[in-house]
Amino acid sequence: MKPPPFAYRAPETLDEALAALAAAGPEAKVLAGGQSLIPLLNMRLAAPAVIVDINRVGGLDTIAADETGVRIGALARQRRVERAAEAARAQPLIAQALRHVAHPVIRNRGTVVGSLAHADPAAELPVVLSVLGGSVEVAAAAGERRAVPAAEFFAGPLEPALRPGELAVSAFFPALAPRAGTAFAETARRHGDYGLAGVAAVVELDADLRVRAARIGCLGVAATPLVLDLTDVLGHRPPDSCDWTAAAEHAKRAVRPEADIHAGADYRRHLVGVLTERTLRAAATAAREGATDE
Amino acid sequence: MSEERFEVEVTVNGVRRGAHVPARRLLSDFLRHDLGLTGTHVGCEHGVCGCCTVLLDGEPVRSCLMFAVGAAGHAVTTVEGLAAPDGSPSPVQRAFAECHGLQCGFCTPGFLCTVTALLRDNPRPTDDDVLEGISGNLCRCTGYQNIVKAVHRATEILAEERRAGSA
Repeated sequence: MKPPPFAYRAPETLDEALAALAAAGPEAKVLAGGQSLIPLLNMRLAAPAVIVDINRVGGLDTIAADETGVRIGALARQRRVERAAEAARAQPLIAQALRHVAHPVIRNRGTVVGSLAHADPAAELPVVLSVLGGSVEVAAAAGERRAVPAAEFFAGPLEPALRPGELAVSAFFPALAPRAGTAFAETARRHGDYGLAGVAAVVELDADLRVRAARIGCLGVAATPLVLDLTDVLGHRPPDSCDWTAAAEHAKRAVRPEADIHAGADYRRHLVGVLTERTLRAAATAAREGATDE
Repeated sequence: MSEERFEVEVTVNGVRRGAHVPARRLLSDFLRHDLGLTGTHVGCEHGVCGCCTVLLDGEPVRSCLMFAVGAAGHAVTTVEGLAAPDGSPSPVQRAFAECHGLQCGFCTPGFLCTVTALLRDNPRPTDDDVLEGISGNLCRCTGYQNIVKAVHRATEILAEERRAGSA
């Protein structure tokens, strides 16, 4: 089908974009990569009165990595972020998850921040931002700026904590801690589809190479990205003597998946267990390899 | 109230083309209906099938998931622009013909654009690289085996041409 009519604004500066959003109020949608918004328009599941296309706004396509983390601007395409070596060094989980986001051709156009602002609980990037404890920088007209922590940003399914007139200008993904490792895995019907369930894991070791912290983020099994702290379940042990299966069982009990035409709730719960154990082991291995390289 | 229209100019296959279109005109429809370039095929119109893939400034994108106004000032290459100026097929097009990488041809323009960019970025793809590269394009006829063969055959033709060019 074809998109419904809308008023089109193509600002060239951030101030113009914020003014356009302020003028349009709650009837406006922001167009960045368009790989989620345009399908919704084509299927007539969304009919915004105004579209503010930010693709011609200068200075929003930044990818900046330092020892504190990676800041990704609203127009940085997923494919570019996936290939950015300095971003992968600072926080490898971003690129690990991006490889599961649709297909390379979609990632050529889709943006990281756009995927966060779409706030789909089955999507990969909201889970990554949540498990890392990152934040989204939000701007509004009159110079207002605020950083919204991931735990508050994903307010509900397809419901970001953005007020009318606000624009998500960048996202900040905290850096990998020393002696930490990450892993991402998901199960989908077809490669590139939304996952039936997926898990992002972060494991940190202490100076004696015992588990200091272990967290997972789950997609597809709750209304928003679900983060679980499994540190106490695993105990402060060396990875070799950790009971990963117990951690997986804990995760299975903690999730409340729903059934849909793609998979039943029990099967999704089963997947969370399998993927939790797999990603925790992989993240712990990566953490130990990183620690012995020091 | 009539819908606002925009003057959109895009460089398509090296030629500046323009039309007066509403903002909601998809790039795929702009190419087909406004410019008459019907080589770009439209399948699902929500980004799943890959038939409408074109090159935007050299990078493959879904033309059904972009508005024509967004492509204004950019360069688009469609399947009509892949052959040499004298009309002889490109290495990727020759490989698809040689290996029977198509039957009905509906998905072919999308595959050709996707594979052209894939082999430009990665001249020696592994089997996995090929599968990942074409995973966003659906074909309902071939069972993909001959398409995968065609991609590998295209890498050979391109390598032969590079050797001939440097000799």
